[in-house]
Amino acid sequence: MNSSMSMQNMIEAKGLTKKYADFVAVDGIDFVVKRGEAFGLLGPNGAGKSTTMKMIASVSKRTGGELTILGKDPNKYGPEIRAHLGVVPQQDNLDRELKVHENLFSYGRFFGLSRKFLKGKVEELLEFAQLTEKRNSKAEELSGGMKRRLTIARGLVNEPEILMLDEPTTGLDPQARHILWDRLFRLKEQGVTLVITTHYMDEAEQLCDRLIVMDKGKIMAEGSPANLIREYSSKEVLEVRFGSSRNAEVAEQLKGIGDRIEILPDRILIYSENGEADLRTILTRGLDPVTSLVRRSSLEDVFLRLTGRTLVE
Amino acid sequence: MAEAASIEQKVHKSAWQGSFKLVNVQRAITFAWMHVAEARLRTMIKWWGSMLSFGLGNPVLYLFSVGIGIGALVDSNGTNGQLGGVSYLAFLAPALLATAAIQACQDELSFPIMEGFLWDKTFFAMNATPIRGRDIMGGLLASAMVRTIFTTALYEAILLLFGAIELDAALPMFFTALLAGLAFGAGMMAASSYVKEDDGFFAIVGRFVVAPMFMFSGTFYPLESMPIYLQWIGWISPLWHGTDLGRILSYGQPQQAWVIASHWVYLTVWAAIGMTLAARKISQRLAA
Amino acid sequence: MSLINASVDSAIAIAERRRNKLGSSVYSGRSSVVLERGFMALKTSNWIIVASGFVEPVLYLLAFGFGIGQLVGAVSGSNGQQISYAAFIAPALLATSAMNGAIYDSTWNVFFKMHFAKLYQTMLSTSLGPLDVAIGEISWALLRGLVYSLGFMTVMAALGLITSWWAILAIPGAVLIAFGFASVGMGITSYLKNLHQMNWINFFMLPMFLFSGTFYPLSIYPDWLQAFIQAWPLWHAIQLERAFMLGNLSPEIFGHILYFVAMIVLGLVFTTKRLTALFMR
Repeated sequence: MNSSMSMQNMIEAKGLTKKYADFVAVDGIDFVVKRGEAFGLLGPNGAGKSTTMKMIASVSKRTGGELTILGKDPNKYGPEIRAHLGVVPQQDNLDRELKVHENLFSYGRFFGLSRKFLKGKVEELLEFAQLTEKRNSKAEELSGGMKRRLTIARGLVNEPEILMLDEPTTGLDPQARHILWDRLFRLKEQGVTLVITTHYMDEAEQLCDRLIVMDKGKIMAEGSPANLIREYSSKEVLEVRFGSSRNAEVAEQLKGIGDRIEILPDRILIYSENGEADLRTILTRGLDPVTSLVRRSSLEDVFLRLTGRTLVE
Repeated sequence: MAEAASIEQKVHKSAWQGSFKLVNVQRAITFAWMHVAEARLRTMIKWWGSMLSFGLGNPVLYLFSVGIGIGALVDSNGTNGQLGGVSYLAFLAPALLATAAIQACQDELSFPIMEGFLWDKTFFAMNATPIRGRDIMGGLLASAMVRTIFTTALYEAILLLFGAIELDAALPMFFTALLAGLAFGAGMMAASSYVKEDDGFFAIVGRFVVAPMFMFSGTFYPLESMPIYLQWIGWISPLWHGTDLGRILSYGQPQQAWVIASHWVYLTVWAAIGMTLAARKISQRLAA
Repeated sequence: MSLINASVDSAIAIAERRRNKLGSSVYSGRSSVVLERGFMALKTSNWIIVASGFVEPVLYLLAFGFGIGQLVGAVSGSNGQQISYAAFIAPALLATSAMNGAIYDSTWNVFFKMHFAKLYQTMLSTSLGPLDVAIGEISWALLRGLVYSLGFMTVMAALGLITSWWAILAIPGAVLIAFGFASVGMGITSYLKNLHQMNWINFFMLPMFLFSGTFYPLSIYPDWLQAFIQAWPLWHAIQLERAFMLGNLSPEIFGHILYFVAMIVLGLVFTTKRLTALFMR
């Protein structure tokens, strides 16, 4: 393989742009995804994550810039690239009339995989998705979490080089999310490159080695979760509530406490190196918050700092 | 817990080969349309019973009611001269055969497209694999033709049993009926691929396109006996072209050579335009 | 919690009050409200589909009446007079279109409202009773049927197919036919559970249309088949309309009318019973 050097970069985007008739969904973004990496796209709805995903999935054509996936141009080699991708869309698009195992088999055939291979592969994926007992149910009879697991299993049928997951755990209960994260970790160990969009901070911190924060079609920041937090936030965050009517008025009197203060409609965030100490200062000033909480900084805070907005509105 | 452990073991045991090794890309692309057809047939086979009974029921009822009932009136009235001297049943049979083919084919190329784009979004799932828009078009058409072939063959057997057609004309008539089905089906597929919402489009097509076509395409009486300002309905309708070809083959209805040629050309052009438009529109919608 | 309990309590109280006073629980005399809703919904519904109910029988009349008419020549009516083929099938098409419209309104429409839009639950949780809903829905179907048959009669008059003043009776005749089919249709629909079962309604309608003496006199069939067909409602409908339009009145028409009155009563009884059982417990 003479392309082994460039193959270290699974995806390369330079000035990647997608314009629709009346607006720019993705506005000239640059990023690189390396082999075996879990790469995240983080941002609120409408940030351009899904459009970027569609272009990487080699379905939607870019209108500007450069994009190379597995060393190929998706505008020219869509089918060739898609043969090596596993795609888990935001909305499950299973074939409702087919049974659970038929959904997997049928999808495998789209890659031209042999019936013999698929026979074994389907059983393995059913176990992976914990759906062995449901194998003969119609897809439309499954619960939301089961459908999600089936869609993810379906995306693995061709043993993809890159697995793309668009909001993989939206709508799942906490237990199901943790099971899924565990499965994704295991895939990563097997060398599968993951590209994940999410608007859940904890998910991005758990899963992603590196991520880009997007807003309005542009990249606001890039790095590992820990680096981003270090760079754009403080070590700790003190959250205090004085009741919605008093928050703004009290904020005046908090000046000088912590590195930075954010006033949200329902609470005040104080970014500092030592939250407990700041809380004591507040109390000694005679201010008496209804509730207070000291926590570690998260990507949520990074996003707030970068855009002035919260992620989930 | 023990169960979970065994699952883990199994998942780890099987070697992950990776798609570079596993997927034969060129093969997957070359046969993509066949994989789509295979998937459609997998769904279709679950409904084969109701599919055949509805597909055959309609034309069989018309055969009994109109063919035999009205046939008795026509034959006793002695106006068979207008039909080229054959019995009413013989006159009607090629039209019903073409209708059965058209009905089966268009049925398979209308709602499944709504399903693929709107209801289940299965086309988007297919398009995430090496499959392209034109493969979806080809696969849908191929699977629709499989259904059309079965329905038409069975219906033709019924017509043979009733002595409505001659055995030696059966095979060529079978193919002209299929061609009519293909032409109209491809047109229907193109139209369906433009439908953005299910707001009664198919009810409108059924009542304002399919029903008038069925009644005014020289199906139940010669096209020439209609006033000239209505005959154009027949000229543009694939059903009339298919029916006329069938009548020529079935009982040797006299026809000029250029008309026969134009039937073939017209139906082929319909099929080609329908396929082209459908492939283009489906690809466009997938990429949007 | 207390808020929910209060509203549940009051709902139960209303339901109990309704059940005690039997008459008022079923019928409050306010079915016009249901009809009004129909008018409001019509404004937003697809006009082309509504209009097609009128177009379809006209297409059949043109295609069969004139096209096949040339081949068939004159046909003998029920009292032996010779009439044109178009005049023979026109009353049958009028009866069929009354049936089709009524069945569509009382089956697909009602099924959709029962299972998807949950309209009846909403209606029945107000002061409306199930019979109000049933009569209101059926009146809606009748009104549509009346408009369609007026349209069809106009076309027939223009084509010179109306020769008797008795033909005016074909309009109330069509309404009676629509009433019968609508009320039975709604009764059946209230018992159906899924869309697959709904397909069976179509499964019966086409053969009924094709074999009830619509396109040719029943006399071409063997006796046993004639007797079988005479048991079906569309045959009575067609005979009734044919008698009116051709002006061949005989005591037999009372039999046909009675058949439809029986359909209306049975349909209403079953619909009311079923709606009560479904939504008022």
